[in-house]
Amino acid sequence: MAPTVALAGNPNSGKTTLFNELTGSRQHVGNYPGVTVEKKEGTYVRDGYRLHIVDLPGTYSLTAYSLEEVVARDFLVNQKPEVVINIVDASNLDRNLYLAVQFLEMGIPICIALNMMDVAKKRGISIDAKKLSSLLGVPVIPTVARSGRGKKELMESTVQIIHENHEMAPLKISYGADIDQALSEMENEIAAGNFLTDIYQAHWIALKYMENDEQILTLGKDVNPALAKKLEDAVRKVSHHLQSTLDTYPEAMIADQRYGYIKSILKQGVIHHKYDQNRLYISDRIDKVLTNRFLGPLIMLAVIAGLYHFTFTYSEVPVSWLESFFKWLGSAVSVILPDGLLKSLIISGIINGVGGVLGFVPLIMFMFLGIAILEDSGYLARVAFMLDRVFRMFGLHGSSVMAFIVSGGIAGGCAVPGVMATRTLKSPRERLATLLTLPFMNCGAKLPVFAMLIAAFFSKYEAVIMFMITIGSWAGALLVAKLLRITVIKGAATPFVMELPPYRMPTFKGLAIHAWERTWQYIKKAGTVILGLSIVLWAMMTFPGLPDQKLQEYEKLKQAEMNRVPVAVIQQLEDAGENADLSNEAQSLKGRLQRIDAKAAEAGLRYSIAGRIGTSLEGISRWAGFDWRTNIALIGGIAAKEVVVSTLGTAYSLGKVDLEEIGSLSETLAQDPNWSPLVALGLIIFTMFYSPCFVAVICISRESGSWKWGAFAMAFNTALAFGLAALSFQFGSAFGLLVK
Amino acid sequence: MRINMRDMHDNQAGTVASIKVSGELGRRIRDMGLVPGTEIKIQGRAPLYDPVALRVRGATLTLRNTEADYIEVEVE
Repeated sequence: MAPTVALAGNPNSGKTTLFNELTGSRQHVGNYPGVTVEKKEGTYVRDGYRLHIVDLPGTYSLTAYSLEEVVARDFLVNQKPEVVINIVDASNLDRNLYLAVQFLEMGIPICIALNMMDVAKKRGISIDAKKLSSLLGVPVIPTVARSGRGKKELMESTVQIIHENHEMAPLKISYGADIDQALSEMENEIAAGNFLTDIYQAHWIALKYMENDEQILTLGKDVNPALAKKLEDAVRKVSHHLQSTLDTYPEAMIADQRYGYIKSILKQGVIHHKYDQNRLYISDRIDKVLTNRFLGPLIMLAVIAGLYHFTFTYSEVPVSWLESFFKWLGSAVSVILPDGLLKSLIISGIINGVGGVLGFVPLIMFMFLGIAILEDSGYLARVAFMLDRVFRMFGLHGSSVMAFIVSGGIAGGCAVPGVMATRTLKSPRERLATLLTLPFMNCGAKLPVFAMLIAAFFSKYEAVIMFMITIGSWAGALLVAKLLRITVIKGAATPFVMELPPYRMPTFKGLAIHAWERTWQYIKKAGTVILGLSIVLWAMMTFPGLPDQKLQEYEKLKQAEMNRVPVAVIQQLEDAGENADLSNEAQSLKGRLQRIDAKAAEAGLRYSIAGRIGTSLEGISRWAGFDWRTNIALIGGIAAKEVVVSTLGTAYSLGKVDLEEIGSLSETLAQDPNWSPLVALGLIIFTMFYSPCFVAVICISRESGSWKWGAFAMAFNTALAFGLAALSFQFGSAFGLLVK
Repeated sequence: MRINMRDMHDNQAGTVASIKVSGELGRRIRDMGLVPGTEIKIQGRAPLYDPVALRVRGATLTLRNTEADYIEVEVE
């Protein structure tokens, strides 16, 4: 087994860049067991030694408040990596050392990578790495992760620590007389009672009790309730004393003293500032423009529009390649296989289902690339900063905005990358509320439904209706988010305290890895599950087939048509290829035969399980003005929203309706007596809000960590959509609005 | 003079005097390097005047006004 080396450090310290630099393509991404925090692992190979590198989540501290911190700490304790490489931003040294001090308190062997030396130098900061190393008692290696400078020395030093295999004594700093005394008494009790000492060092356990660390407190109660109570009492006593004498808390005192310790070290000639530390740099000057009260929001709109333009323009070509590939595959298979169930399963079930998902891949890859650029450059944090005030009113977070936009906040996104974009959100409750409401945005697959209905009933008001749909989905999403945050996801707002990292030019390697990693996860998740589901859906719409007697009736009708024309015409039709020129007679026969086939398909669909479900739901769906045809189409839409239009086409005996050729369906609906602008409006509302598609549901379940939330999204959204659609239909009918 | 961080105007500098909150928020504030004695400077505010951005230890942090309420700053 190769020794394990963990990379730890503050967010934005260049940790991921160093990880990519060390492992190159020899890396893979998974999740820590039971949680949705990404776990990146890789291998570093050099001069005959191999190291197993684990990239811990970026954290500022090692308390147990955020999931990332708990994950990082559990990994350090349970997996016991041989060395932790602590990446420290040299241009922001004192705050970054706060985490290093906590590693030292834990007694974990660390090696400090003093990263971003180039940035520090530009800012007039000089650091004596040797001196820092001797004062802290651990190796300190200056590095520039982006260029790979210092990488070799860092790894040599790491390997040396592994070889020497010293036992590290935990760092003990003074937290003030009151705390120190209590700590040492508690430490003795802990050691004497063997209290959790098989996992942690006694001093550290005492310190965590003093800091009110929830994880350790809960663990302590389970193991030895009596001693746990004694320790808690001791802490309460100190806490009470500190509050009455110094008006502070033990945890605050400990933090103060850690910073004091860092300051005392840096003061001994370790760091030298040429300029005032808080002077403004280029990055801050950029911020003066980009977060300006008036220009900021305008530029933000332009950037987001640019992201869309970039994604949709550049992905159009590869998407069309994939579409034609699957079309070609479908027709190739259709030539090889004889007509029948197997052919229908492979073409309608598998190729169309999987093709529908994989067809999105280029789009998603470009979208992720665009988001990675915004994220890695630091702009995304500014977007969150500017919009937080608005989103907070609805119980969300400034960072929610990106997920909404990607999902279709500007019509035409996709909820799947939107769901994944919520990973930049670090607040669990706000993140869940975002996850559950982003499917209300108008993804690209809902657009054909809107386009078809608008063409049929509202063709004069196209732009107005599209605008209202966009506004409506935002209003719906924000109001539902608020509703969720005061009911099922109740809880105070997570603190917004965050860093605005300096603007940085993203590295190509970082972007490529970032975008590809997320795309691959999409392919894996979507590809496997959607295959199974599209087969199920196909079966529901195919079985049971029409009884023989019915089929024979359609056969007879076709025969009758053929008997009416001369044999030569039939001969011509049979001999002709796909696109051959036909005589007028043959052309009209072909049309009539196709109409009969389409009628048979309609009857078959109605007879199938899906058709029966659709028919039996008519009793309820009539409240919103939907008949069985719409019901089937909507059920199909749960698999993928693209299916709605094509299924409606089958149900209205139009044969296959391509998404690009919705005109014929629009005409049919416009003339159908059961349809009116009011029914169309109801269907638009329902489509906006009802259940997310399967792929999105799967992603929501994975990202929220529970299938419960995926099921909730399906049930709640459908109920809400139906309620709104029924309300609009009933209201409209009562007042005779929008009728024909 | 001691004032609330919320009441500081843009580009005003000061020294953190006390942080009157414990628990998660207090911890987050301290993790980012805001402890008594730290020099800060208000860098600006978001278009809707909230959150606030400030320079601390050479980095830029953001806080909501409701969070800044817990921080008292000594200013000239």
